[in-house]
Amino acid sequence: MSEEETVALPEDDPATASAEAVAEAPLVEAPADTVAGEVVLRLTDVVKTFPGVRALDGVQLEVRAGEVHCLLGQNGAGKSTLIKVLAGVHQPDSGLVEWRGEPATFTNPQAAMKAGIATIYQELDLVEDLSVAENAFLGHEYRSFGFVRRGRMARHTRQILSRLGHGEIPPGRMVRSLPAAGKQIVSMARALSHEARLIIMDEPSAVLAHDEVGNLFRIIRELTAQGIAVIYISHRLEEIREIGDRVTVLKDGRTTAANLPARDTPTRDLVSRMTGRTIEYVFPDRPADDAAGADLLQVQGLTREGEFADVSLNVRAGEIVGIAGLVGSGRSELLETIYGARLPEAGTVRMDGKVLRPGVGAAVRAGMGMAPEERKSQALLLGEPIYRNVTLATFGRYARLGFTNAAKERAEADRIAETLELRPRDVDRPVRTLSGGNQQKVVVGRWLLGGTKLLLLDEPTRGVDVGARAELYQVIRALAAQGVGVLLVSSEVPEVLGLADRVLVMREGRVVREAAAGELDENTVLDLVMAGSLMEGAPA
Amino acid sequence: MSDATPTPTATPERPQLPAQSPPVDPAETAVASDKARSTGKLSWWRGDGGDGAKRNLGLIGVLAALIVVGAVTKPDLYGDPNWVWNNVLAILQLASVVGVVTVGMTFVIIGGGIDLSVGAIVALAGVWCTTVATQSYGAGGMIFTALVVGICVGLVNGVLISYGRLVPFIATLAMLVAARGLAASISNKQTQVSSSTFINDIAARKVIGIPILVYILGAVVLAGWVVLNRTTFGRRTIAVGGNPEAARLAGINVRRHTMLLYALSGLCCGIAAIMLTSQATSAQAAMANLYELDAIAAAIIGGTLLSGGRGTIVGSLLGVIIFATITNLFAINGLSIEAQNMVKGGIIVAAVLVQQFQFKSVTRLLARNRVTTAT
Ligand SMILES: Nc1ncnc2c1ncn2[C@@H]1O[C@H](COP(=O)(O)OP(=O)(O)OP(=O)(O)O)[C@@H](O)[C@H]1O
Ligand SMILES: [Mg+2]
Repeated sequence: MSEEETVALPEDDPATASAEAVAEAPLVEAPADTVAGEVVLRLTDVVKTFPGVRALDGVQLEVRAGEVHCLLGQNGAGKSTLIKVLAGVHQPDSGLVEWRGEPATFTNPQAAMKAGIATIYQELDLVEDLSVAENAFLGHEYRSFGFVRRGRMARHTRQILSRLGHGEIPPGRMVRSLPAAGKQIVSMARALSHEARLIIMDEPSAVLAHDEVGNLFRIIRELTAQGIAVIYISHRLEEIREIGDRVTVLKDGRTTAANLPARDTPTRDLVSRMTGRTIEYVFPDRPADDAAGADLLQVQGLTREGEFADVSLNVRAGEIVGIAGLVGSGRSELLETIYGARLPEAGTVRMDGKVLRPGVGAAVRAGMGMAPEERKSQALLLGEPIYRNVTLATFGRYARLGFTNAAKERAEADRIAETLELRPRDVDRPVRTLSGGNQQKVVVGRWLLGGTKLLLLDEPTRGVDVGARAELYQVIRALAAQGVGVLLVSSEVPEVLGLADRVLVMREGRVVREAAAGELDENTVLDLVMAGSLMEGAPA
Repeated sequence: MSDATPTPTATPERPQLPAQSPPVDPAETAVASDKARSTGKLSWWRGDGGDGAKRNLGLIGVLAALIVVGAVTKPDLYGDPNWVWNNVLAILQLASVVGVVTVGMTFVIIGGGIDLSVGAIVALAGVWCTTVATQSYGAGGMIFTALVVGICVGLVNGVLISYGRLVPFIATLAMLVAARGLAASISNKQTQVSSSTFINDIAARKVIGIPILVYILGAVVLAGWVVLNRTTFGRRTIAVGGNPEAARLAGINVRRHTMLLYALSGLCCGIAAIMLTSQATSAQAAMANLYELDAIAAAIIGGTLLSGGRGTIVGSLLGVIIFATITNLFAINGLSIEAQNMVKGGIIVAAVLVQQFQFKSVTRLLARNRVTTAT
């Protein structure tokens, strides 16, 4: 696999030079009595209800030591709920959890951690105002005589981070100042800092770029080689093929298939067991190439120190432009700057030929809309109903004389919920109670209501399942057909190549290639994108 | 599961090969989701104030309990329906001035801020509208002055906070001191008597048996409710307080809105200043002392989240009425102010505790647990 070649080996990393110093604290220590192949975890008929929802409705699961067990299921199928039951966050209403042959109840997260279950949650759960190292070791700090051994913690954290391919993240840095992907790395480091027999990963790759997924897989292989079991959740079937051993499929809170071989089960079988139907996982057809109209967005020489430099691009009406690049290549920052959420140091942004005044307000008035990268911190009002989140940017449009029109808003939200297969469909629910993928649909759906001329989409399909993803692509393409311009950022190269008409490749804050999507293939783009990461990996 | 579906989970030992695929038929899906829908009662967290409604029921329970305490301690008084009616009016009248201030405070807190200067603004507006010069313009001039002073001081708060980027706590604390100082220097530390009968009649008169002050409270509460729940202004308030970054990225002008919230609070203070001046038929720099605490406490008890993004006007009103009822209860039983303050303090703590338990998200719970084990 190509990512293995591109990953900097840990031996090359200066940070591991101090490995002896932390010899007493290896990356992850498998407990001595681990037997490979032994069943470590078995769930029988587990049921968990929330008010109004049966999230788990009889789940069976069996996990063996040393395997990567994948959980598949649509958004809202109950995967995250299941792992929260395992992690002691939720208590099951009924059913049996057997941990290493004994019935177990984890009444709180510490109990599960003590038993050897470490979890990377789908939604980041870091303490923003603590440092990277403090977050990684939160709750199990190295201590002597009541004092936290900060030096040792920092060393161990640095070691874990560099094994994760991110030796450059300083352990002393405040988590708040890290980008989304950096935070994901820290929560992975946290899970790896435990002495665990089972590590649960809930969509760890959703925020990660291609090369980082490679790092993650290398780590997972190291773990399983030591007999540690891994439960891996992802909506990307290719990943499951690559890393998974066995697959359990959930649908509407029930196990519809258990222990399928991850590599050989045909995709259509997996998909139909997940969704109850077959989905042609294809991108919508591109229109004839003269479909795009006049320039809608013109960006000239846009620069922000340390983020991106001298970026020029344009998006025409009815055109979908994709930006490919690694996390940290400045893509998200570029989008936010175009949208007016960050002030550029140099360069101009024009909409319809007119230079935009700074600020989001001007951009929105000019017809831009942006679905940001991080749904929880940047996009959602978690306690508010779904429909109010969907109409957060547009409620003013439905209002008359300052009075909101909730009926109209509900109707619009219903329409979006219908198209994007939001579940549950009830738009009066608080967004908090939605599954991660469904929350993402709310974030993107907000800008699909119409009335926007230019859509800026940052990782729009993050955590969205196969079925809904195909629908989302259709909607985006349909909007483009109506003359909406789209600027799309995605870590998934096939998505950029499949959906966009034109592709820009970014590396280290610069556009290194621009071409029609048809002229590029995945490997070319990956090569362009990776060239940067190799340079970064080289010793300074 | 329907019988047509093989249950591949029955024997976990044997890897299940998907020989007979598409196992799930759509009918079954429908059943499953229907089932999901019928599970459980209509949940308390359903949108559109459902949460607030449940909490408000709790507050009404508290109020009922207080009335029972009153009836038990003073059965002779409570036996007389005439007295009870008058007592209810007395409680509402007692609640009216703080109630108006609390409506403004509720907006500010839902919007993610805090306004410590409300009492001082009431005093400043009261003093300003009763100066000899202002009184020479008559009642209309006095009312106009009080409202304008309230709005302007609120705007100064708002500008300092949203454009000067001061922390709301600091900015309004400074305003508290400054406004009282200004009020003292305008009034020359004297009590200024209002000679306008129109103003003085507001507190003295009743219409259809109900004091005018209570009507004013009712009107402000109603307006507050409509603005919060039915207008774009209210929607923006919730967005700005709930997640400022999300609001900003959705195109809401967070700074301007924050500024307007403080102006709104100032406007409420202006109205309260007229009411209070009318009650006392005078104004002085020390009036409305500690109103900020009463208003904040009432809002919090009413279920407004101190961190912003959530709260109800009805809850705040109930909070104010509960406090007034306690005061009334202590008064009719001839108990001391000190005992009363202790009970109030206890109620505030209890309310905040309840709030914390209700709104903790899973992640925060996790983080907290971990931190606790760490220490
Ligand atoms: N705290 C909660 N209160 C009410 N309902 C909830 C709560 N948490 C989850 N649910 C519901 O339980 C169901 C399962 O959600 P879960 O998060 O487990 O889905 P998931 O399989 O992880 O989906 P995704 O792929 O989108 O992450 C959903 O219908 C969701 O709305
Ligand atoms: Mg999930």
